Amino acid sequence: MSKKAATQSSTAKEAHPAKKQGGVMNAILIPLLAVITALIIGAILILVTEKTVVNAWLHFFDNPGAALKLTWKSVSTAYGAMLEGALNPGGIVKGIGVALRGGGTQDLAVAMVPLAESLTQSVPYIFAGLAVAFAFQGGLFNIGGEGQMLVGALCSVYVGFKVTGLPWAIHLPLALLAGLAGSALWAMIVGALKAYTGAHEVINTIMMNWIAISLSTWLLKVGGPMARPDVPVTPPVLESAWIPRLFTTPGNRFHLGFFLALFVVWLVWWLLYKSTLGFQIRMVGANPKAAKYSGVNVKRLWIIIMGISGSLAGLAGTVQTLAVDRWVGVGFSSGMGFDAIALALLGKNHPVGVLMAALLFGTLKNGATRMQSVAQIPVDIITIVIALVIVFIAAPEIIRTLYRLRKGSISEGPVFTKGWGS
Amino acid sequence: MTPVLDLRNITKQFPGVLANDHINLTLEEGEIHALLGENGAGKSTLMNILYGLYNPDEGEIHIRGQRTQISGPTDAIRQGIGMVHQHFMLVPVLTVTENVMLGEEPTKGAILDRKLVAERIRELSRRHGLEVDPDARVENLSVGVRQRVEIIKVLYRKANILILDEPTAVLTPQEADDLFEILRSLRKQGVSIIFISHKLREVLELADRVTVIRRGRVIGETKTAGASQATLAEMMVGRQVALTVSKHAATVGDAIVQVNNLKVLDNRLQIAVNGADLEVRAGEIMGIAGVQGNGQTELIEAITGLRTVQQGSVKLAGQDVTNASPRRVTECGVGHIPEDRQEDGLVLSFPIYDNLIINSYYRQPYAKGLVVNQKAIEGQAGALIEKFDIRTPGAEVPVSNLSGGNQQKVIIARELNRPLKLLIANQPTRGLDVGSIEFIHKQLVEKRDDGVAVLLVSAELDEIMGLADRIAVMFKGKFTAIVDAKTVSKEQVGLMMAGNTLEEALANAPRSAVQQQEIIT
Repeated sequence: MSKKAATQSSTAKEAHPAKKQGGVMNAILIPLLAVITALIIGAILILVTEKTVVNAWLHFFDNPGAALKLTWKSVSTAYGAMLEGALNPGGIVKGIGVALRGGGTQDLAVAMVPLAESLTQSVPYIFAGLAVAFAFQGGLFNIGGEGQMLVGALCSVYVGFKVTGLPWAIHLPLALLAGLAGSALWAMIVGALKAYTGAHEVINTIMMNWIAISLSTWLLKVGGPMARPDVPVTPPVLESAWIPRLFTTPGNRFHLGFFLALFVVWLVWWLLYKSTLGFQIRMVGANPKAAKYSGVNVKRLWIIIMGISGSLAGLAGTVQTLAVDRWVGVGFSSGMGFDAIALALLGKNHPVGVLMAALLFGTLKNGATRMQSVAQIPVDIITIVIALVIVFIAAPEIIRTLYRLRKGSISEGPVFTKGWGS
Repeated sequence: MTPVLDLRNITKQFPGVLANDHINLTLEEGEIHALLGENGAGKSTLMNILYGLYNPDEGEIHIRGQRTQISGPTDAIRQGIGMVHQHFMLVPVLTVTENVMLGEEPTKGAILDRKLVAERIRELSRRHGLEVDPDARVENLSVGVRQRVEIIKVLYRKANILILDEPTAVLTPQEADDLFEILRSLRKQGVSIIFISHKLREVLELADRVTVIRRGRVIGETKTAGASQATLAEMMVGRQVALTVSKHAATVGDAIVQVNNLKVLDNRLQIAVNGADLEVRAGEIMGIAGVQGNGQTELIEAITGLRTVQQGSVKLAGQDVTNASPRRVTECGVGHIPEDRQEDGLVLSFPIYDNLIINSYYRQPYAKGLVVNQKAIEGQAGALIEKFDIRTPGAEVPVSNLSGGNQQKVIIARELNRPLKLLIANQPTRGLDVGSIEFIHKQLVEKRDDGVAVLLVSAELDEIMGLADRIAVMFKGKFTAIVDAKTVSKEQVGLMMAGNTLEEALANAPRSAVQQQEIIT
């Protein structure tokens, strides 16, 4: 009875924000629990693949201590290596200690390399994830990140090694612009096909991926139009078109592009939620018929959405090549365009959510390398962990059941795209 | 006699709303019991509790004297409760038989036994007059027949308590009459029926008893024999309601819309509007009467720029707007209340304040250059919510959470909130309760008195007769007659809607009051 009295006394106006807050809690809580759960399952997989651990468990009643000890050792070695490889908190603390005692900052600089590398590896994920999330907000499913990245990278690298004699302040923006324009046009073809022939963008973005890959194979074959005469890669980008790296410690590849990525996160957020263009885009995404009724030129907007989404994906390739690789070879993007779909899903199509998801991906991928070399755990475990995270995000009911979470309001579930037949 | 169903003190609290407040309801065997209430009064919540979709916070459910709990739809069906939803739960690409057996498929070995089910469907159709072809695909059936499939679905599962949630909202008048016949036949066979509605005429015509609820509470229960529309409306809304529109004679001005020899195709590329001519003048309400599917929808879409005109022209206040963009038409001073509010008129996932500006977001003061002016948007929303009496906890609520009537008020608030020359209202009161209908009718008449040309399309002949100054009857894509509303009777318009000419209609149907007077004088 007291519960009823309490709810009755609260007015409608008070009750609403409380509900809203619960929604925000859910939006953060579920991804967090998804990651933790995925890591736990990953740990079980690590254990099952280790013969010694399995053996110890088979003889659990002979020596329970050994089984538990081996279990702990195995998991802690693997995840410890991953943590060390991705963030290196122990090293950083030690480095700070040395620096405080007046031992110089050299140790700290070295200890910071794994963290810097995690951030560096997140950069292309941020751009690619934003590309897919942005298109989703406009009701389009862009699976063409792979091809758009490749086109973006090729265009900017071409400007990067072909155009000579320009100062940095002109050459770099020019190379970036070339990548932006190339990938935008590449994606706009798909938008135009949808607008004027009704061809579905899912099919066409996949087709365009293959065209981009085949085109790059031709351009980059030994002696090809964009390749060196001896190896199937482009000539190196001239220094005047480099995105500068910010630290000189060996192995630290952290570059200015990270801040560009943060700026673009803000820009996409502003565009979607603060500009009239974003209002139209979200309206077309949520209900294209109502958008048409209210005077939006839906066809033109589809082309614009694809153009912006494509240029975001293109930035993933452009920034990676101008800052990190500084040349392009065949098979450059290697599935990042598809990982981007998972990022958008994980980030609930919100720019900040995508940023978080991309940081997680970059960190996990970076840590996995170290885990493999130190603990001999295959990187595939991390691929599985990432896949599990995606499964849990896509089916939040699993997490809710596992942790006995209460369901939020009915309208909470995100609608990603209308998909086929819309 | 113990009632078939006895709901005692059912209470359900939602955040911010007490949806059901100690509701009592009894249903006798072989009775049609109407549940009458405005949109958002708590009718659907109560029925969802009965169907096991919600758990009540308090209260008891008794079926045939036994206290019971209903854990979900499957459990409800097991206990004999079947529900026919307002929005059908059918798979369009499957046949009637497949839809009926879905979830409970009898098999012969490993093979589905479609024949057995089809046979039972035939038997049910025969017994209850539910004409339907078991082998037809649902997507090829009309709305009325689809509803029959839904009824068969629950009867097939041996339900003896039938709940119909606003079943006539989606039906044409003829289809509604057919449905009533079916329900009466079911009653004769001992099926008990709860009939949810807010249409007073239907309730009086069909039900034995009626329970009126308002804001989650039972206001009263009465036998329909002896009750009148006026008393029921007053119970439902809580004040006296004007069931007819009061209006002065029209002061008509210049022609605002001129449609000349218009030809438009429908979605299947068949000719839907075939040489239509129409003129609507400032200060009058032109009512388009017609059985649905005679080109009304396509005509309106062509005028508003949503559909390509094949031939002919549309002029707005002298300007040619044939095949102009929807935006240009809007900017010429046209307000449009679309036929399907959820499909065309609203972005359901957007908050109310955004839905109030979906066709003016790019203009001052809602936009400053390319930037959205959130303050202005939310500021005007508060004023409009108050002015148009939109019932909501706040302007930030997504419109999907509003009841149908309040959703429609959002659209009306948006469309009437700018200077208009022409207001197009396509089925403006479909599915709404008397209170909302009264409000909307008043708004339309007010606009007309302000000198706006009003083009009203409605499937409800009563609405056309009550509101329109002139009536244009549309049949097979053409206007068969355009007449002064005072000079024709409802029956005569009905005949013309069925394809008769004006002369035939005048000769064969009861005369209107004005005609009577002419004969006397």
